[in-house]
Amino acid sequence: MSPQEAGSSRSRRILSIWLPALAIDRWRVMADEHSRVLDRGPLVLIADTAHGPRIEAVNRAGAAAGAHKGMMLADARTLCPEIATAPSDPAGDLGFLETLAIWAQRWGPWSALDPPDGLLVDVTAVAHLFGGENRLLADVQQAFAQRQLAVRTAIAPTAGAAWALAHHGRDGAIVEGAEAIERALSDLPVAALRLDQDVVTVLRRLGLKRLGEIATLGRDAIQRRFRNRKSPAANPLVRLDQLLGRVPEPLLPVVPQQVPLVQRRLLEPIRHRQLLDTVVTDLAGDMARELEGRGQGARRLELGLWRVDGEVVVRRLELAAATRDPAHIVRLFAARLDDVDAGFGIEMLRLRASWAEPLALAQDDIETAAETHGTSLAACIDRLTVRLGAQAVTRPVPFASHIPERAQCWQPPLEPEASSQGQLAFHARPLKLLDSPESIAVLYATPDGYPQRFRWRGQVHEVARVEGPERIAPEWWRERGGARLRDYYRIEDEAGRRYWIYRLGIIGDGRGGPPDWYLHGLCA
Amino acid sequence: MSQPDPVSLPFTAFTDVAALSARRSTRWRPGLAAHQGLALHNEVFASTRESAGCAAALALALDDARCLPREAGDEAQDRRSVLWVQTREAARRVGRPYRAGLPQTLQGRVIHVLAEKAEDALFALEEGLRCRDLAFVLGEIAGNPKALDFTASRRLTLASERHGVPLFLVRLDAARDLSSARMRWEVASAPSPAPHWNQRAPGTPRWRAELFRARAHAPGEWVLGEEQGGLMARKPDEETGEAAANWAAGLRLRHPLRRA
Repeated sequence: MSPQEAGSSRSRRILSIWLPALAIDRWRVMADEHSRVLDRGPLVLIADTAHGPRIEAVNRAGAAAGAHKGMMLADARTLCPEIATAPSDPAGDLGFLETLAIWAQRWGPWSALDPPDGLLVDVTAVAHLFGGENRLLADVQQAFAQRQLAVRTAIAPTAGAAWALAHHGRDGAIVEGAEAIERALSDLPVAALRLDQDVVTVLRRLGLKRLGEIATLGRDAIQRRFRNRKSPAANPLVRLDQLLGRVPEPLLPVVPQQVPLVQRRLLEPIRHRQLLDTVVTDLAGDMARELEGRGQGARRLELGLWRVDGEVVVRRLELAAATRDPAHIVRLFAARLDDVDAGFGIEMLRLRASWAEPLALAQDDIETAAETHGTSLAACIDRLTVRLGAQAVTRPVPFASHIPERAQCWQPPLEPEASSQGQLAFHARPLKLLDSPESIAVLYATPDGYPQRFRWRGQVHEVARVEGPERIAPEWWRERGGARLRDYYRIEDEAGRRYWIYRLGIIGDGRGGPPDWYLHGLCA
Repeated sequence: MSQPDPVSLPFTAFTDVAALSARRSTRWRPGLAAHQGLALHNEVFASTRESAGCAAALALALDDARCLPREAGDEAQDRRSVLWVQTREAARRVGRPYRAGLPQTLQGRVIHVLAEKAEDALFALEEGLRCRDLAFVLGEIAGNPKALDFTASRRLTLASERHGVPLFLVRLDAARDLSSARMRWEVASAPSPAPHWNQRAPGTPRWRAELFRARAHAPGEWVLGEEQGGLMARKPDEETGEAAANWAAGLRLRHPLRRA
């Protein structure tokens, strides 16, 4: 065995599973006895569009009658008037595919979605558990057959090759080694490259119908025509390299997550706030234990209150930092439960931590002294946020912009700060910036003299000291062409009050009449 | 009473007396936190036509933090956050803090709270005072809202003294109402000294600050400014040349105590 072959035998093995009739199969599994009768005749699943219902999926009889995916229902009816319809459910199909992806992890350590109707499973070095790759594929076929889902499968060293073989090659193909891939793929149509439809059209017009023909043309000729390197789906060369394993293709694995959830079913519906608080305290205690077992802390908590009359009241809470302190959770929920209408009573409560982050175990009883030693910053921010709203508690962070009001944006207080360029030391900035610059009337020597006197909020200020101008040009890549430049002056009036004012535009810049003046900030 | 000429005294006696009397002087001066601990609840009255109130409050807070003796476990650089609470009315009148213009040591440490009403602002101030991870709390409340009465002020004082977090409450365009604040200032901008390189430009900020009510100090008036990384206070009338003796200063210039 040559070294290259030895290397390839140890390479990745990807199993591609294609469910060609996922939507119809799923409809058949979900449908009741009564509607399953429809499946014997021609049946299509339709989606409503602006131009009328369009066919999304077709069963075998329907395809035989001439309907196909993407056709308008009206056209199909002219071919086959007795065609039956059912609504399609793309979101449901995707959710079903997700559960299938997790289920498919029985064949390999991780699996990835290949929307809209495929799965990829990494079966590297696991085939011997099933007695070889042929047996593995047979097992896959059998397992899907039991669930009444039609599949086509293939195993190849790369995800691209496996996908191409499953969709366009022989069912159950197993390919190993670089030459074998090229041999196996050379007969496949160019659509096997997972390209956008318009790229496939261009390739067909060039006379390239098979993958083997692309290699004959030479890379330079193709590279000149397809210059888009950003999207692999628009570049046949990138796709070809991915297929042959020359370029890595990252896949996003599906990881099942169990959300920490605790609930209490109540023997007797409760209608009073005091009892509700007791149950919430119990739930918070349960949740704290649950989270502690996982070594996690909650960032978002959802409390659902199931009422006797069928209503569900949900209260959501976001926390500034991961926590599992039951007393803190109870205190935050107490503020949110004031406006709950219990109606005829609440019979079930469920607390769910839909967002949890790792939180190391901490020594207990260290927070009991919060009353004497003060609260932590995260707890303080949680309390502020619950009462004042998330928008009210923020932190100023720099933003990459020249315009002073854009150079600062606000973010949640405990989020990590994005890295940014340092500020220039000679840019003197005011301590406070007004929310919107206020218009002032200024006496100055045109066109660009120093301001001498100005009126702001009904009072006249004599300018004693000036520094400037600091010219800040508009951001032409973002603003409209008519935006004017700003000349900023740092000024001090006769009483020593310091301001930051600017003149919007300059006379003769061809972008409007005489420039206006604005007061933008108050200096220290 | 005639003042003794400091030059005529023996040198050692002069330094001893000066040091002693400076320590025993009840007058406020920068860096007092080193001897007497933090002044925990401060009110700064200012006009909304300038940001002198906030700037002076920040300068006072930073001066206190600088002068406080560092304990063994403390970090070399204070990285604790600062809670800056504004009512929406105050933010509309004097604007919001601008990060690039904040003092260098505070950039990146400010957490801003925008409260719709004065009640919310008082709640946020009190929650901030209870938090052990904050360096200090700065509040800006415009006018004399009904919620900020003597009881509310007393609550703030108690919370501040219980947890040792200083509070600087800037009162914008407010009358001097009843309050339990330990130190109450009235601050306005003062003309700045001309910078060395550009005589026509505004210089480093100066504020005229009047301490009109303090529990431990006699009232007085100073011109405050930041020089060489520290807070500087001068008598407004002796701007030029620092007077020789600080130790006799307590005897001169007593303002009549103004009732709030």
